[in-house]
Amino acid sequence: MKTLLLLAASAIVTIALPRPNIPFKPGPNVDLATANCRTCHSAAYVYTQPPLNRAQWTAEVLKMKNVYGAPIDPANVDKIVDYLLSQNGKP
Amino acid sequence: MSAAAATTVQLPFANGTRPLVAFPQKRDLIMLTPRPPQLETPFAIFDRGVLTPNDAFFVRWHLAGIPTTVDGATHRIKVHGSVKRPLSLSVEDLRTKYERVEIIAVNQCSGNSRGLFAPRVPGGQWDNGAMGNARWTGARLLDVLKSAGLQESAVQIRFHGLEKPVLPTTPPFIKALSIDDLDPNMLIAYEMNGEPLPLLNGYPVRLVVPGWYATYWMKMLAEIEAIDTVDDNFWMKTAYRIPDTPGNTVTPTDKGYPTIPINKMTIRSFITNVTNGATLHPGTQTIRGIAFTNGERLKKVDFSSDGGTTWRAATLGPNYGNYSFRQWEAPLRAERGKSYVLACRATAVDGDTQTTVPVWNPGGYLRNVIETYTVGVA
Repeated sequence: MKTLLLLAASAIVTIALPRPNIPFKPGPNVDLATANCRTCHSAAYVYTQPPLNRAQWTAEVLKMKNVYGAPIDPANVDKIVDYLLSQNGKP
Repeated sequence: MSAAAATTVQLPFANGTRPLVAFPQKRDLIMLTPRPPQLETPFAIFDRGVLTPNDAFFVRWHLAGIPTTVDGATHRIKVHGSVKRPLSLSVEDLRTKYERVEIIAVNQCSGNSRGLFAPRVPGGQWDNGAMGNARWTGARLLDVLKSAGLQESAVQIRFHGLEKPVLPTTPPFIKALSIDDLDPNMLIAYEMNGEPLPLLNGYPVRLVVPGWYATYWMKMLAEIEAIDTVDDNFWMKTAYRIPDTPGNTVTPTDKGYPTIPINKMTIRSFITNVTNGATLHPGTQTIRGIAFTNGERLKKVDFSSDGGTTWRAATLGPNYGNYSFRQWEAPLRAERGKSYVLACRATAVDGDTQTTVPVWNPGGYLRNVIETYTVGVA
């Protein structure tokens, strides 16, 4: 039994991660959101948040750009925020 | 996978609809996000036993660059930095050259229960299921460090795993513990509940840091690095910070308060066989639950059926150690047509107990309010 465990613990383990397609829904600048956000993470990161206001969504986009190093064109920050507000915003 | 195939569950907050999805080596779990994978344990699992099965154990990765193939034979854990004898250890080395140690310990995401914060905060929107309790087997971190020989100058140990960012500009996921905080319960674990770890829980080895939030339990541990200064990488200096205020709580308008890295868990308890809003059958029945601390011995769990006005001591189940879930039960005599607000409250021997008012902080950390469950009887 011990030998079996030993073998199992040094095995090659390979998995295939499911890739459910969770698209960004249609909205203003959806192409920018798709191109900039889904490089690193699923759109579920947006839709599972509580509804956020403009300041909060702006903070999220700037965090992705400045902290996580997403190559977001500064001119597109507000456009992406507009999209996020259209999808999961609050006043 | 077609969206139509997914069964969904509704977590008790806005935007809380989640599909149930079976990832590799996992049963159906509550999917928060698929990439990187974040999967929550359905709470009913915690009623079925004190240990959380491997295939039901929650999953949380930060970065989408997760290896989907890991070779347990060729994997190495490099011990380097301010050490006298740098090491490159295989899993077999850990198994054969170091004492085999077991501990049952709760692994809880720092953001567990974040979805229940009011007002809500951004971040991973978990209900209470981003936690689990397992029997971990491995080598002591301290034994490995002893064999490498720490230099006098070392002040922290940094941990790196195989998880990698998608973009080279994203900070790699690294966590650090101060040498003063290390203790003999901390393991480099190669078994979880007597089996190899599921890949999504960190196969072939992960760090086990009993009493501390899961952010420190580095999965697919690949490097142990002794450093001479307090780590200032993003995941320690900027992320995973809590207010250094009384009770680690602030208000949404507070600004400028000091912060510290999140560290040990808060004491919590839950009912596991009744859900909020449930309808019970009339008659005397057993209410069951779990409680846990961050390593302090549990003194008692109190149970209330009137929303916390009056309490009586619950009966504690077997003790699997101070870092484990501990099951408890208490009788409830439910009368037809009445409703009850059930509540439970854990207290440790040092007096530490749960809060009556929820903590609030912008990271959504440390929730340990006394949970309540409103039930009817019909």
